[in-house]
Amino acid sequence: MRISLGPLLYCWQKQQVIDFYQHVAASQIPLVYLGEAVCSRRRELKWGDYLELAQMLKQAGKDVVLSTLALIEAPSEYTELKRQVDNGEFMIEANDMAAVYLAKEHKLPFVCGASINNYNRASLDILQGLGMQRFVMPVELSKAWLEQVIQDKPAFEVEVLGYGYLPLAHSARCFTARHKQLTKDSCETICRQYSKGLLAQTQEMQPLLRLNGIQTQSAACLDLGSEIATMDQMGVDVFRVSPSSAECIAKAEALIEALKTQRVLYVPISDEQCDGYWFGEAGLTTHAS
Amino acid sequence: MELLCPAGNLASLKSALQAGADAVYLGLKDDTNARSFAGLNFTPAKLQEATELTHMRGKKIFLTLNTFPKPGEEHRWYQAIDLAAKLGIDALIVADLSLLDYAHKHYPQLPLHLSVQASATNLGALSFYKEAFNIARVVLPRVLSIKQVRDLAKVSPVDLEVFAFGSLCIMAEGRCHLSSYVTGQSPNTGGSCSPAKHVRWQEEGQDRLTRLNDVLIDKSALDEQMGYPVVCKGRYITDDQDSPQYLLESPTSLNTLSLLPELAKAGIVSLKIEGRQRSPAYVEQVTRVWRQAIDTYFENPDKFHSQPQWEQALAKVSEGQITTLGAYERNWQ
Repeated sequence: MRISLGPLLYCWQKQQVIDFYQHVAASQIPLVYLGEAVCSRRRELKWGDYLELAQMLKQAGKDVVLSTLALIEAPSEYTELKRQVDNGEFMIEANDMAAVYLAKEHKLPFVCGASINNYNRASLDILQGLGMQRFVMPVELSKAWLEQVIQDKPAFEVEVLGYGYLPLAHSARCFTARHKQLTKDSCETICRQYSKGLLAQTQEMQPLLRLNGIQTQSAACLDLGSEIATMDQMGVDVFRVSPSSAECIAKAEALIEALKTQRVLYVPISDEQCDGYWFGEAGLTTHAS
Repeated sequence: MELLCPAGNLASLKSALQAGADAVYLGLKDDTNARSFAGLNFTPAKLQEATELTHMRGKKIFLTLNTFPKPGEEHRWYQAIDLAAKLGIDALIVADLSLLDYAHKHYPQLPLHLSVQASATNLGALSFYKEAFNIARVVLPRVLSIKQVRDLAKVSPVDLEVFAFGSLCIMAEGRCHLSSYVTGQSPNTGGSCSPAKHVRWQEEGQDRLTRLNDVLIDKSALDEQMGYPVVCKGRYITDDQDSPQYLLESPTSLNTLSLLPELAKAGIVSLKIEGRQRSPAYVEQVTRVWRQAIDTYFENPDKFHSQPQWEQALAKVSEGQITTLGAYERNWQ
């Protein structure tokens, strides 16, 4: 099993992003996804910048996959997607069926991201026939569900989000801009102010959600570190860390060590973490173990 | 332009047909559809009755199979497709790839409508489903602006159906895990958003607390209008604001009466009314208003304007008695 680093889902300033990926390049992380997967209005980094970062990571020996937008609405977003799929070098992570369509048309292999609804084997086999090399399990599914899906060894790889804030929904509305009384069309990329999203708590101060532009995430951080050996045994090929800070690089490296030494990584779950989905429970819960 | 109305049971179906629906949509009494609520939906025998009744009136009936089959239980979904074909249902509303594939291979004559749960919002996605499964129509998610709907209609390889009225999902449908995050129950797998068994209302002094699986979604005054408790319509607190806010959306309903001319000009083939979980009275009221509106428009397209009595009638049955154009209006976004 390998450890991957998912695409950065927040809007950081350009230099911060470049610094971050330089650290990634120097790390042991073997597989890196990068690209803007949330909002086309974020232009801190342009497509050319991502390609440069991808090259830099490739030269550092990483497998690089370019992630694409989860919600494609405007014709301009579709045009941009065509350019990304047609990059001629890197595999893409399709986060919308439009990317699957374009990859299939160009006969390019692709990864199916978690925001494409893949709930059963028959659907996955169809996508595999179209060029899918790897599938990232939808975040709400459980270990028991996955076990059934991959009971017969599939011809594609399986990736599970194991660490990070859970992407839960996408909307046309930008919740961050709205919170700041800005319209989406003149949003000033205000989401830059929230490097891990804007925390929303209930009126009993229970952290519930994290508003990240048009994306809604979990307030709690998923941590399946203690399940890594189980995942390895059941045939999960990739354990994904979704980054929210430079500390996530160290987290990923600790997981790599745990895999190497075959030691179960004991991660005490604090109140702000969750792992319910994996155990077939509500996503926000922490499974009593 | 078709008026497509919801039927949670036979009484609603009759109300819809009587009030002027061109077509109705419904689901089986299990988790093969995303409105799997107790007391709703149709057994196979009732579905047959519904089909006969609808066809007798010269109208169309669509079966909703818009959840994603559970591993090991796929046969239940396939059986539902077989049943629909046997009964002569006019179209299937489907989201899952394997179900589209099964229906397309076994019943190529049975029209397929791509469910909103498939979350197809652009030319690439529509081209994919058209080429792979020959879908006839797509139900567009409630995330596109009216301009984006117009742009898509110009190039779409399939017919477009849009939501015209009803509860407002503000997320790309089929890709929202807010319900399962809080309750463990997902529309995609279990067939319902925020199921009633997880909802609890408590009175505390002058306040009413709304809880979803114990999580406090909202606190409101006892006399305040309330919507159905879903995570996206709760009031929450952020670090930079002390008072609780509707950070995602307030309890409102979608109402596009004023957009009717634009939708017609864009070539939208079907207007969908949401609400299989609502009462026959709701279905009757909403269908009647929209029938009048559509007929009035086509009698004299240039002179159309939404009439106050229509808006009032719809507001009465709307969540929170407030309506919005939702994402159709760019400023809402």
